[in-house]
Parts: sequence; C-alpha cells; structure tokens
Amino acid sequence: MTALRHYETPLQTTAFHPRTEAANKLWSWGNWAGYATVLTYEDLAMEHSAIRNTATVYDLCPMVKYRIEGPEAAVYLNRLTLRDAAKLSVSGVHYTAWVTDQGHLLDDGTLFRLAPDQYRLCCQERHLPWLLDSAHGFDVTVTDETEEIAALSLQGPTSAEILRLAGFDVDQLKPFRMMDLPFGTGRLMISRTGFTGDLGYELWTTPDQALALWDALFQAGALHGLRPIGSAAVNIARLEAGFIITGYDFTPADICLREDRLRSPLEMGLGWLIDWDKGHFTGKAALARQRDHGPKWAFVGLEIEGNIPADGAILYHAQKREVGVITGACWSPVLKKNIALAQILAEHAAGSNIWAEIYALRELHYEKLMMRARVVERPFFAPARRRATPPGRF
Amino acid sequence: MTHDALVIGAGHNGLVTACYLARAGLKVLVIEKNDWIGGAAVSRELYPGFTYSNCSYVSSLFRPEIMRDLELPRHGLQILPYEGGALFTENGGYLGMFRDHDANRREFARHSKRDAEAYDRYSRDILRNCRLIRPMLMRRPPDLASFRPRDLMELAWLGKQITGQSEAQIYDMLRFWTMSISDFLDGYFENPAMKAYQAVGSIIGTALGPMSPGTAYVLLHHAMGDVDGNVGSWGYSRGGMGGITKALTASLQASGGEVRTGSGVAQVLVQNGRAVGVVLDNGDEFRARRVISNMDVRRTFLKHVEAKELPDEFLKRVQRFKTRGSSGKLNIALDGVPRFTALPEGAPNLRGDLHFTDTIEKMEMAYDDWKAGHYSRQPFQDVMIPTLIDPTMTPPGKHFMSCFVQYAPPKIEGRDWTDADRDGFRDACLNQIEAYAPGFKSLILHAEVRTPRELEAEVGLTEGNIFQGELTFDQMFFNRPVPGYANYRSPIKNLWICGSSTHPGGGVMGAPGRNAAAEILRDLKVPAKDLSDAYAIV
Repeated sequence: MTALRHYETPLQTTAFHPRTEAANKLWSWGNWAGYATVLTYEDLAMEHSAIRNTATVYDLCPMVKYRIEGPEAAVYLNRLTLRDAAKLSVSGVHYTAWVTDQGHLLDDGTLFRLAPDQYRLCCQERHLPWLLDSAHGFDVTVTDETEEIAALSLQGPTSAEILRLAGFDVDQLKPFRMMDLPFGTGRLMISRTGFTGDLGYELWTTPDQALALWDALFQAGALHGLRPIGSAAVNIARLEAGFIITGYDFTPADICLREDRLRSPLEMGLGWLIDWDKGHFTGKAALARQRDHGPKWAFVGLEIEGNIPADGAILYHAQKREVGVITGACWSPVLKKNIALAQILAEHAAGSNIWAEIYALRELHYEKLMMRARVVERPFFAPARRRATPPGRF
Repeated sequence: MTHDALVIGAGHNGLVTACYLARAGLKVLVIEKNDWIGGAAVSRELYPGFTYSNCSYVSSLFRPEIMRDLELPRHGLQILPYEGGALFTENGGYLGMFRDHDANRREFARHSKRDAEAYDRYSRDILRNCRLIRPMLMRRPPDLASFRPRDLMELAWLGKQITGQSEAQIYDMLRFWTMSISDFLDGYFENPAMKAYQAVGSIIGTALGPMSPGTAYVLLHHAMGDVDGNVGSWGYSRGGMGGITKALTASLQASGGEVRTGSGVAQVLVQNGRAVGVVLDNGDEFRARRVISNMDVRRTFLKHVEAKELPDEFLKRVQRFKTRGSSGKLNIALDGVPRFTALPEGAPNLRGDLHFTDTIEKMEMAYDDWKAGHYSRQPFQDVMIPTLIDPTMTPPGKHFMSCFVQYAPPKIEGRDWTDADRDGFRDACLNQIEAYAPGFKSLILHAEVRTPRELEAEVGLTEGNIFQGELTFDQMFFNRPVPGYANYRSPIKNLWICGSSTHPGGGVMGAPGRNAAAEILRDLKVPAKDLSDAYAIV
C-alpha cells in the first residue's frame, strides 16, 4: 500500500489559499486549471466596482507559466510565436499567440523577457508537449514553472499608490515593462501588465513569499479601498477591455474536435500580432494564404440594445440568417452599455442589420428578445490612467 | 446671433435637455446664474482638498438610457454601488442593512424572525409596483381632457398597463399609491426599527410625515431606480454628485453646445405671446428660437415671466403648486472616521446610509415640529460617508460626510430663517450624531449648513423643495405641474419647462429633461438622434 491520496483532492490550492479562503465569505469556489480559485468573495458588483474605482487583488497562481531559456531562446520563440520575440527588450513584456502549421490558434499569452536568453510565457492552457516538440533542433530548455511562482494581479486606479505605500517605487515603470527587486527573503518581480484594461500591475514571487506579499499589499491598501476579487469580477473587466480568453472565445486547436470550429489569429482579431517580416514561423504559410484569400470568420465587439446580457446569443442578419455567435457578454457597469464579443462571418463584420437573439430566463419562462447589435471598436473601455507614467494617485 | 435653444439653469435636467437638442443639431446655450454648474447635482470644494456633494448625495434614479445616449461614462461619469447601512436604536443597538440577502435575513432576525422572512414578500410587492411605474417615466403623460389622437392613444396605452394586471393587483396598486407608509408597512412588519428603516425613502424631500397618506408612493419613487439593474439600490457618483453634471457639460460641449455661468436670467423676453430670448441680471440679452426653463415652475412663471403674458387660470394654479420645503443639509469635512459605539469594528454598514430615528412615531414627531413652523428638535437624518468608498473626494483617511436632514420648514414660525435659527438647526443635527458617535464633533474640520433659505438662495429651489414641487398624487403625472401642461409646454409659445416640476418629478433622474427634449424635437419635426426609449422590463 502506498500513501498516495491525491485523488481525494482533485483541486489543488494556491500559495495564497490561507488568505483567499479566509476572505471568501460566500465560500464560492471555482476550478481554474485544476486549482480552487474564488469566483466571488463577497459581492460581485462591489468587486467589479473596485477594479474601476480603487484597487483589487486577484490570485493569478493557476495561470500556466513556462520558463524558456538557452542561447537560442529568442530564435526558438520567433519560430513558435507570431510576434518578434527578439525585438522584445530585456524587462519587456508583450502579448502574443501561437498557432499550428495550419494556422489554427493554440493559445494566446504574455511573454516576459527576464534576461537576454531567458523568457517566461504565461497562458491559459497547458502546452508542454507542443513547446517541447517545437524545441527540436534549438539550444533551449522549456520548463513548466507554474508551481514555482506565486503571482497576484493588483489592478485599479489606486494600485500604483498602494505599491508606493508598500515601498515599491513604480513611478517610472511604463506599461509592458517590469522591474525586479528584493522582497522578504526572496525576490519580487513587478510588471505593469494586467487583464482589466485599467491601471494595474502583476506581482511575481516565490510561494514562500506569497503570504507576506498579500499582507504587505493589504496593509498598504487599508485606506485605498483594496479588496480581493474573484474570477466573476475579472471576467466583466476583461470584457470591458475587450480581451479574449482561450477556451471561451475560441476553442484551442489541439483539443478542438470539430474542424469547422478551428480559428486563426486573423479570424480572432489577432492579425495585428503577426510579424510577416521576421522570417519563418509556424503557421506562416497557411496564414499568408488565408490573408490573401480572406478569412471566413471575424471577431468583433458588439454593443447591444437594451440591458439584458446576451451571453451565448445567436447572431442573425436581418433577423433571419444565422451569421455568428456571442462568446462573452455582460452589462458593463462602467460604460452603462450592454456589450459583447462575438464570432461572426467575415462578410458581416462591418455589421449592418445584425441582431442578437437573447433568451432571458425569468421565473422559469424564457423571454425571447431580438435586439439590434452594432459592431464597435475594441477596447470598449480604455481610461487614460492605464498608460499614464508616472501613474496617478487614483 | 440667435440660438435655436436657450436653457435656463445648468442643473442636471437642463443639461440633459441641452445635450439631446445639441446632438440633434440645434445650436444650444445654457445660462447658469452661479459661477459653477450643477444646480442640485453639484460638487464644490469648500474646504481645501475636500470635494463635497453639496445638495443631492446619492444616485439611483438617473436613467441608464440617458447615460448611454449621451455617452456620459466616456465623459467621466462613474456610479459606485455602496454596501450596507445602519439604523441606530436609542437603546444602543442597531439594525443593519447589507447587500447580501442572507446577511440581511440574519440581521433582521435578530430583531424579529417574522420580519426577516416577511422582507422577501415586501420586496416583491415593491418591485411589482416599480415594474408598473417605470415604463411611464420616459413618456409624456396624456392630457385627460384632450381628444387629440396622441392623447387618446397614450391613455389607451396607460389603460393597457393597468388592465394587464390581475384584479387583486389593481386594488393593491391603488392602495399603494394612496396609503401612508406607516399603514403600508404595518401590513408586513412588526419591529419598530424595521418599519422606521423601510420608511426612510417615503419622507425624503417631502413635507409629509410617515403617517400622511401618499407617502407610500414617495417610497416607490425612491425605489424605482437601480444601479446596473439592481432595482432599488443606490450608489455614489465618483467625485461627488457634481460628477453627473460635469459629465453632462462635457457631453454637451462635445456636441457643440455652450454653457455660460455667472449671471442668471432676469426675464424671459416675450413678444406677441412668444418667447424670443432672455435678458440676464447683468443686462446681457440673448435671442433664441425657444427658451427652456430648468427652474421650478413657480420660479419660472412667478419671477421671470411677466404676469400679463400668462392666463389667469394658469397663474393661479402655478401659485398653488406645492413647493413646501421640508429638508436641509449639512456637508462636513472630517479629520477621520467617526466611531459609532453600536457598530462592531470594521463593519461595512458605515459605507452606506446611517439613521438615528428608530420608530415611525419619532419620525412623525419630527414632522410635528415642521407643522408648527420649526425645524425638528430631534431631526430625521440620512447620513453618508461616501469617501469610505470614493478615493477621489478627500485625502486618504479624511472624509466627507453628507447629512440630509428633515424636517426644516421654509419659514420659522412664519418669519424668515435667521443665522441663529440655522445654527440651532446645525446643532440639533450634530448633537444627534455625537450621541451615537462620541468624539464625532471633534473631527469636524468644516461644515456647510443649508436650510431651505440657502437652498432657495443658492440653488434656486423655491422654498427649498428639493423636488421642485411635492411628489403628492395631486401633483403627479398629468397633473404635474399643472393640468393641461404636463407636456413640457407653457401658455407662452416657445417657452418650455424641463425641470423636476414636470413629469416624472424630482430626484437626479434626468427623465424630465429627456422627455422635454423629445417633445421639443417632435414639435420641430427633427429626428431625435440617440434618444432611446426606456429599456423593456423583462
């Protein structure tokens, strides 16, 4: 007999669990990549409001993280991903994506250049086999470091002020840049990145420093409205910022069963990531063909009449012909608009005469609504404070 | 130069009207007598580093359709939901209010298990009545005596709304619209503090006591708003209530409209029965194709239009329009958070509304003072500390406290308020808070005290009535402000009214301003741009 008992706790806990558990007043847990994470600590509206009014902490530990290092790390990443990883300077971060040889999206993520020959790739899905197989012939090592890093997202208008009060001088830190400093008995990396479209930072340390980091932030944030937030509030904020989530807004190619559901970056509004001039990269030929012939699908932001969220609504042209589906939607508290992200047939991406069929379940009966949907620019919400350097006090 | 539209008063409704007209392509000028904009949705810095909400102090009624149409979030408007609230009881306890349903149930059960469970049925009945009344907010009321097709159609629509209910619901609705809140609450609750807390919204801004018929409707008026779909909940405007009128002004300017501050309208110029412009206190004259008054109906027609231009019947009705002031306001800069001895450390209740009147009877006694021509010796207060949520109004750790106070009559025993009366009123309020939060007074850095005298002199509200006319049933809907003129028009051609004196009444709602703009554009046969109908209630 062995002492193995892991099957009794299929969900792992994160390095911040003692704090998140204590703050989780509603005992509302969800499964994010095999970790127990909080959906709503106390009140969804208050948590979302804090993202846009004061500051919030969100436990990022379950995010999948890979360390990619070696003399050919940049060359390797340049073949793997859409953007030019060699152009990314040390202490820089960029948003990128990677695809199959057929040009189908596998995932999107953020790439951190920690040193000339060391990167970190953060993403939603697990890709170790793909990353290792792609490394054939390159002088590079790929390591899953998800469990070696404890990460928190600190987002909101008072987030910079809280970091200042915690003793971290972030005044000169620009968006998509990071800084490394000693913290406790370890180190702390602060990047000016996030998933809310607001002023915000992500804080990266080792699990042994996690609780001290949490406590330091909450001590510094006592008079600045800092509160922990769950995934439900983050989801509203990311929709307002127009960000997509792999698995929600498209199905990643490596697990996608139905071939007509595969999507390319061009079809997901990520064409701007592709660096056509950097030389060969996986999927380039297929994407070039699609670019020349025109993609079948498009990804758009929509504003929908009325105030009933349109999650999962089918899109129609002229209320008749089915032309797409809404992949994420909410009433935006900060915009006072009903917003949505949608996959739509490319010929309708300009968006005239588009309608969303909404089924609103009310006291066990569906109210069926056909509401006009207007294609609009993303991000829906982009406050100037997110880019201001030095950042403001609120 | 002749403007297409000249709006008198840069309050929220005047600005809403101006915004819609400017978006439709009209050349619009707003005239404001004060050096600042906002009317009663105003934020001023009266103590260095502290932004106040000088009049209105919370937001719920402001129609989201208007925020969206006029792109107010893009122009800086942000509404922050708040959590909690507490009514302190004389025996040293409190009745708390929370956002969480079950936290509420457990809290109410401390006072009465029966009331804790009755709350759901009570909430349902309030919501039912809200569902009925909300579609009426953004429509022009029909004229009952008119046989014009549009009025008949509107009457038919109204009839359909009402006859669409069950017989039992129609009876309940009529009772609800005519009852006192005290009688209404007796049908649900037994605990005195519970009743007193629920009655808060029924007397605010109203020269009636909780035992007066008609107060149940006033409660509904305060419950029919929402914050992001949570009907009946309230929020703060980030940066103070002036944030609403600042965003409206920015939206107006983005559409090419203009606001002039610093000199008010002395007289509306009328020629051959038509409004043709205004002359200001400083002598400046502006010509306009139409003049739209955001001032209350009494101020507009009794002070700024020559009586000879108005029909006698209309003038008499305007004179009799009830604008009895009933409230005052204290705006306080605080050096720290007051400690209320009844509350546990760190309780979220402080971030919401606070009250010190724990029975309906005490509320009614506060009203008795008003009837006798005196401010309440034991006032009813609705106290908020928005800076526990909003980081932008004060330095960290310092706070702004808003105290809405009832009752305060327009005159003290028939004579004008004196500074000594004002100080006595202030002390009655401060002493009441001090009794529940010892040491509170020592935290005060500055206090602005506003009785009906100041509200009339500074904001322009006749007799200090915050709703530009009472929300009693005789002054609602097709009777607001005057029968036959519930259509935002006046006996003088091209002179319109758009303030809270018109349907659907007061509160920072914007609906009167929006409806007035809709009527003006309809009259002009100009297609209204970005003017949404009310969201359907699903």
